[in-house]
Amino acid sequence: MPALLLVHNMRAETISVCSSCTVTSIKRAVMLSADYDTILVKKGTYREFNIQINKPLTIKGEDYPIIDGEDQGEIITILSDNVTIEGLFIINVGTSYTADYAAIRVVESENFLIQNVVLEKLFFGIYLEKAKNGRVYHNKIIGDAVDEYNSGNGIQLWYSNNIVVERNIVQHVRDGIYLEFSDNITIENNISSDNLRYGLHFMFSNDDVYKDNTFENNGAGVAVMFSKRIKMLGNVFKKNWGAASFGVLLKEINDAEIIGNTFEENTVGISIEGSNRINYLRNNFINNGWAIKVRGACYTNSFVNNNFMYNSFDLAYNSKLNDNIFEQNYWSNYTGYDLDKNGEGDVPYRPVKLFSYIVNRTPETIILLRSLFMDIIDFSEKVSPVFTPDELVDAKPLMHKFK
Amino acid sequence: MRSRWSYVYFLFYLLLGFVLLFLNNELSKAVITLMNVIIVLVPLIGTIFGVMYYYNSKEFTELLLAQPIKRSSIFLGQYLGVAGSLTMSLVLGLGIPFVLYGLFQSNAIWDFSLLLITGAFLTLIFTALAFNIALSNENKIKGFGYAVLAWLFLAVIYDGLFLMSLIVFEEYPLDSLSLAATMFNPIDLSRTLILLKLDISALLGYTGAIFKQFFGTGLGLVISICMLLLWTVLPIWRLGHIAKRKDF
Repeated sequence: MPALLLVHNMRAETISVCSSCTVTSIKRAVMLSADYDTILVKKGTYREFNIQINKPLTIKGEDYPIIDGEDQGEIITILSDNVTIEGLFIINVGTSYTADYAAIRVVESENFLIQNVVLEKLFFGIYLEKAKNGRVYHNKIIGDAVDEYNSGNGIQLWYSNNIVVERNIVQHVRDGIYLEFSDNITIENNISSDNLRYGLHFMFSNDDVYKDNTFENNGAGVAVMFSKRIKMLGNVFKKNWGAASFGVLLKEINDAEIIGNTFEENTVGISIEGSNRINYLRNNFINNGWAIKVRGACYTNSFVNNNFMYNSFDLAYNSKLNDNIFEQNYWSNYTGYDLDKNGEGDVPYRPVKLFSYIVNRTPETIILLRSLFMDIIDFSEKVSPVFTPDELVDAKPLMHKFK
Repeated sequence: MRSRWSYVYFLFYLLLGFVLLFLNNELSKAVITLMNVIIVLVPLIGTIFGVMYYYNSKEFTELLLAQPIKRSSIFLGQYLGVAGSLTMSLVLGLGIPFVLYGLFQSNAIWDFSLLLITGAFLTLIFTALAFNIALSNENKIKGFGYAVLAWLFLAVIYDGLFLMSLIVFEEYPLDSLSLAATMFNPIDLSRTLILLKLDISALLGYTGAIFKQFFGTGLGLVISICMLLLWTVLPIWRLGHIAKRKDF
């Protein structure tokens, strides 16, 4: 052991950890290491928890060594800047009702990188607490959450800024990705599915970008609340079924851009509440129960060049006032004609049907969906609107799908 | 007579299938349009053909009755002849264009087969109802009137009353009532069966536990199909029953 301390000089060293090496535990390796060293963890099982990394280190696993926390508590806590964690297989994080134990927690640190890590049987997965300028890349988080009250989130960001979360797979936890008070975050190419509550959940987080993620079969879809200037681009929201379920819930969101997303087979594609100045462009709404449900207090939103295809209802609207713009969308339910051949229908399309108004009032009537009687009264409402907002029209509906 | 009309019917569906696919360019959209046709048109045609056939062949039937043949086999034979040929026309007429259009490579195949199955059921049910009405009415005009009225009631008026009652009693829990009301109308029943496939995401938006159990599990499918079978068997049974007792 003294020999090891002697060679300890300015150069970055590599310390190997394995059952037959001189150093057999990661904790000990961290203790022995100097700043900017690399700890190479060889294949094997390490029963350790509360590994505190308080200096800039690279911890690298070879052939996915297993770190088994034996349900004792938190496993790795990063307390220093410039830490890299790579290629570990972490299981059995302790569950607690008073502390949020995580597999990997970053506390008030900068320039960290967490990549190629596999987490299973966890409480919280990767927990970033007041962290900055980091990257969470290509990790796989597979939980076994059953109840909301005793399960944690896959990737959680709390008061963290300038972080990239990319190419992660999160399944079977409470919220797949959770953000609170976190600004300038990029969330890209992640797959969040089968989670108990939300695939993505964020509040009070401004200027964030969500790009090309897939959210599938989550308890209640994706919830986006109380945030400004966010961008959602090219995401896929799929199969979020249930009475309180939706592709995306927007609540108190202002000045956002929602572009090129696909909403498929959700009970509600987008549920909007108190959200203003949002541009919805080039999104696809396919086979949803309701493509868009507007619950009120939504002003100056514009819906342009979206495709609404085979939804049971294109739009539900619960007030008579409308200040939102619908223009040049493609509606598969549109039955008008285009005599001047400019690709836009000559008769305006009314996306709100009388039937959706009735279903809003008496939900049981949903069972009369697609009945001839409903078609007849929908038609009469279309001819002379009484119950639905009469200025809510798409004056230039597209004749062909927008590509 | 029977064969000529069933060819017309077959050609009509063949044409309808091709036109639908030509206009929609997409199988899944064509399936949705087709659903409206099946739910409205198939019962109407079944009703009219049933009544027409019965009255037209009445004299021949009376002649047959003089022969030593069992009454039930005469009437059931007539019924099965009409209903069977109508069903065949429907299934082949719609099936051929969709198959040619690449149904087997498409994921709309289950939706489509369900449509054909409900269409076949509706033909059987409404032809049987029409025979029943015709057997109970000597007067041709009256029989026709009742048959068309029966169709109109089940296709449109029933849903209107249904909707009114749901709105009037909206303060009460209505989910079991509305499901029960659906069971008493074969058209609503087939509509529900198709909704289970096409609009399941909207149906699951309703909070009621009974709805959830009915639509969310296979239960809805099983119960609907059982009820449709019952709807088919009961009128046929009554047909045989009346035919045995009736004086000609």
